[in-house]
Amino acid sequence: MSIPVLDVRGLAFAYPDGHQALFGVDLHVHRGERVALLGPNGAGKTTLVLHLNGILEAGAGSVAISGLPVVPEHHLEIRRRVGIVFQDPDDQLFMPTVRDDVAFGPANLGLRGDALAARVDSALAAVDMTGYADRPPHHLSFGQRRRVAIATVLAMEPEILVLDEPSSNLDPTSRRELGELITSLDVTVLMVTHDLPFAFQLCERSVVLSDGVVAADGRTRELLADGALLRRHRLELPWGFSG
Amino acid sequence: MGGQLGPHLHVEGTSVVHRLPAHAKLVGLLLFVLLVVALPRDAHGHRLAMLGVAFAVVAATRVPWRHVLARLVVETPFVVFALVLPFVAVGPTMRVGPVTVSRDGVEAGLALLLTATTSVLMAVAFATTTSSRDLVRGLQRLGVPDRLVQILAFMVRYLGVVGSQAQRMKVARESRAFAPRSVRSWPVVAASAGALFIRSYERGERVHLAMLSRGYTGRMPVTDPLSASASDWARALAPSVLALGTLVVAHTA
Repeated sequence: MSIPVLDVRGLAFAYPDGHQALFGVDLHVHRGERVALLGPNGAGKTTLVLHLNGILEAGAGSVAISGLPVVPEHHLEIRRRVGIVFQDPDDQLFMPTVRDDVAFGPANLGLRGDALAARVDSALAAVDMTGYADRPPHHLSFGQRRRVAIATVLAMEPEILVLDEPSSNLDPTSRRELGELITSLDVTVLMVTHDLPFAFQLCERSVVLSDGVVAADGRTRELLADGALLRRHRLELPWGFSG
Repeated sequence: MGGQLGPHLHVEGTSVVHRLPAHAKLVGLLLFVLLVVALPRDAHGHRLAMLGVAFAVVAATRVPWRHVLARLVVETPFVVFALVLPFVAVGPTMRVGPVTVSRDGVEAGLALLLTATTSVLMAVAFATTTSSRDLVRGLQRLGVPDRLVQILAFMVRYLGVVGSQAQRMKVARESRAFAPRSVRSWPVVAASAGALFIRSYERGERVHLAMLSRGYTGRMPVTDPLSASASDWARALAPSVLALGTLVVAHTA
């Protein structure tokens, strides 16, 4: 089989205060897949995400992106390959205008001038926010800010897009539009979420992370049909959805 | 109000002042104000001429006068002080109508009033024609230390975010029948301020993570550097040249 875009092996991590968050995680994601990472609060999802681009360093085990190990000397290339979209767009959009914000990542990679402008334009076009380049982020609606946050990462042409709770705080229409946007992108996606219907809609495959280990990995349809599994890991379909 | 903090100073436009690069404007503003402040104390005529220059610059911005004049309220403390000066200063006195005032006080008050109005008008002309983004780029271009520029840029971006958070906390307090009426309510307000500080600090950490995740290595990339042509500089420094000429005339007179 081809080299996986994301290759996590035996990853364990404890925070400096002694709290151990991950106990040997194995996860492979291949090109073109869209995978949902499910799990209750405190399961270690965010800790895992922060290992994918080297913000946190593995205590044991390894992470590799398209074969390139996540170690400090590769950080810049790793951060180009892994695009993380954080939960609160106000954390992600820190520049005075949308254009500056989308340009921030590619500029750190050394792009300037026309090449940079082209990246910014195509990233904004991909999230359908072309007309908003010169707006300050705080003048946008929440849904628009989330789309721009995705553009800031797309502008780095990542190999894998990691979305942390992408549907949180969105109204139903924005949530649907975001779903359509994610399916329209030609990129590998790892999506951390509690929103099980959203996971089912967008991701063929799901991984359940619970107590710092992968508790289940399979087709989303089958995982969500397993009521006992969901209950064991504090996951529930919303009322009205049958398991 | 919500997330916005007051009406915006900056007014979109395409006037000659709007089009000047921010760093040239900033240098022009600083030089002009320093030169006006350096005028001799009794050179009221020269000072009045500088006020005329400031009015001309504001007119050139084509920003509505109502918008500009409303911004002059920041000058109020100086005006009050200038009005009080003739009555509290000592030395030779003079009569103005029914009241006796200090001659030095009148001179100093007049000088203060003219200098402050001129400076504030120029500052407003700068502020109304320069977006916060351009101000940041201008400071970056002038070689202001990167750290300071970043602090300013983040303040501009997050003032509204933190402000609306504070507003939400206030609503939450009041929704539980809290009314800040006496000294006894101070600990609650202090605790809220502390919570806001911690939340802002945590946000700062999350923003930093987001920056690192996009390849930040400690320096903000300059993607769109400002540049000023000779004619830009000539325009930006024109008021300062007039002020310099006036200063020379005032000192030799």
